[in-house]
Amino acid sequence: MSPAVGADFLVASPLLWLTLTLGAYLAATMVSRRFGKPPVLNPTLWSIVAIVVVLVVTGTPYRRYFEGAQFVNFLLGPAVVALAVPLYRHTALIRRSAKAVAGGLVVGTLSAILSGVLVVRLLGGGRDLWVSMAPKSATAAIAMAISGRLGGIPPLTAVLAIATGILGAVLGSAICRAVRVQDWPARGFAMGVTSHGIATARAFQEHEIAGTFAALAMALNGVATALATPAVIGVLDRLG
Amino acid sequence: MVAIFLLIALQLVGEAIVTFTGLPVPGAVIGLVLLYIILSVRGGASEEMTRTTGFLLDNLALLFVPAGVGVIAYLPLIASRWEMIVAALLVSVTVTIALTALTVSRLARRSAAPAAEATR
Repeated sequence: MSPAVGADFLVASPLLWLTLTLGAYLAATMVSRRFGKPPVLNPTLWSIVAIVVVLVVTGTPYRRYFEGAQFVNFLLGPAVVALAVPLYRHTALIRRSAKAVAGGLVVGTLSAILSGVLVVRLLGGGRDLWVSMAPKSATAAIAMAISGRLGGIPPLTAVLAIATGILGAVLGSAICRAVRVQDWPARGFAMGVTSHGIATARAFQEHEIAGTFAALAMALNGVATALATPAVIGVLDRLG
Repeated sequence: MVAIFLLIALQLVGEAIVTFTGLPVPGAVIGLVLLYIILSVRGGASEEMTRTTGFLLDNLALLFVPAGVGVIAYLPLIASRWEMIVAALLVSVTVTIALTALTVSRLARRSAAPAAEATR
């Protein structure tokens, strides 16, 4: 095999893109750990940036990249199922916090939907944009389904959901510090309700209790957003 | 092997339940509920299940990378309205985290206070 043909073969191989994904993440994690895991050095964010640069420079289409990366993506489902273990371990604490969790869910779900929509409307954005924005705090899969049903643009919603996840992971602790909330359940729950799995990953890095409440918030908010978004959009449409 | 098999099989069962009932929840979340029920019946997770789930959750941040890279396909879609999008996301994330954290923290303190009093 000539070197050029060999290179083509490698670029076409899913193994290359799988290795790049794991390598970028490993590098991002090592750098983050080296500097004491500050939120700005979010490994998800910097892995994405590094891989996007490689794909743009090499002119590789996303579809080809995903042929390799899908094996990592596939583990998201089992990882969500795995959240049952920390949730079970902290059942007693969650039960004791039932009222706080219920209150946080109502406030968090409504605030997440309304605040994004209202800013877009204030700035003169069109209906397709604010409907795409509305379910962004649910996990990407749920958010896309809701957005599509209500007249939004699902791929745009997916991008907004991921950006929301990264922003919450990066800013979460600073915001909680600014409003002087120190307890792990409240901090974790706020990050999970606002910024789903990506902030849940960050919350687990900070403390297991924070991660557990983030996971709980993420699961509850997925359902709550699916139920509340059509109602909120319906009211806004009627108000014009 | 039992642990990874269970995680995948429970997600599959979850997907099947969602397909047949039309519940507005991803199959994996149903799988989470099913695993929680199994743990409750068993009275805890096996050592292997603890290890496997610990490994997955320690690397949760990795699992969002492939979907995140998908952003490149939609950069032109965002480019024309990026200021509005950045403003909305920043405001929404800040307000929602702050309001939720304050609500949970206040309510937790209020329900903890009488209990603390009772133990005194």
